[in-house]
Amino acid sequence: MTPQEFFDWSLHASFIMVMVAVALGFIRLIKGPSLADRVVALDLMTVLIVAFCGLYALLSEVQAFLDVAIVLALIGFLATVAFARFIERKIIRAQDTKLAQSLMDEPPAEEPKP
Amino acid sequence: MSSLIVRAATRLMVALLLMFSIYMLLRGHNEPGGGFIGGLIGASGFVLYAMAHGSAEARTALRIDPLDIAMSGLGIALFAGVASLFDGDAFFTGQWMFLGATETEKGLPLSTVLIFDVGVYLVVLGSILAMVLALEEEV
Repeated sequence: MTPQEFFDWSLHASFIMVMVAVALGFIRLIKGPSLADRVVALDLMTVLIVAFCGLYALLSEVQAFLDVAIVLALIGFLATVAFARFIERKIIRAQDTKLAQSLMDEPPAEEPKP
Repeated sequence: MSSLIVRAATRLMVALLLMFSIYMLLRGHNEPGGGFIGGLIGASGFVLYAMAHGSAEARTALRIDPLDIAMSGLGIALFAGVASLFDGDAFFTGQWMFLGATETEKGLPLSTVLIFDVGVYLVVLGSILAMVLALEEEV
């Protein structure tokens, strides 16, 4: 096996592995019982697509795909932070509405009669 | 959301995003990139800063109101279009200047196309930030 053959073989093997991992992540994205599971699955898929861009840059020998990988890695961080913020705010809001509900349901305190 | 991890990571990421946005802006003429994508990357850097430190801090870091940035970008883009008028060419014809060019060397090529791209960069940066910061402050 020449070095070039080995390189091509491992490149295609890694493509298959990355795509299988993306498919598994997608299953978790659909099934994920909680929102946090889905966010982590989405983050995993972002990282896998970064890996895919790197592999494709090797295969096609076009440097621009490396820039795509850099931008995607940077924006992926932003997306994860934004999702974390969204979940946090959702919990705070749920607590607020629960508090408001409990205040509404409570019978008004009777005024002490003189 | 003022977690220490996010704030420490943001310090690195914002610098990286802003540097990469300038890189994308300057290489845009011959390779993938340009003012629009550069502006988007730069805006996402400031959005990240606003998420970690609050939108008031992000406005202080920007120093100029985002809408003012967008307007000045529009002015710069218009200037790039009008500049061809002085040579008697049609509106928005690219004007080129080769700094330090000799018989054989091309020199450093500068053009009004780059000025237009800088204008687009500022318009995208300013308008995206104006929208995102307004949404941040509303909630």
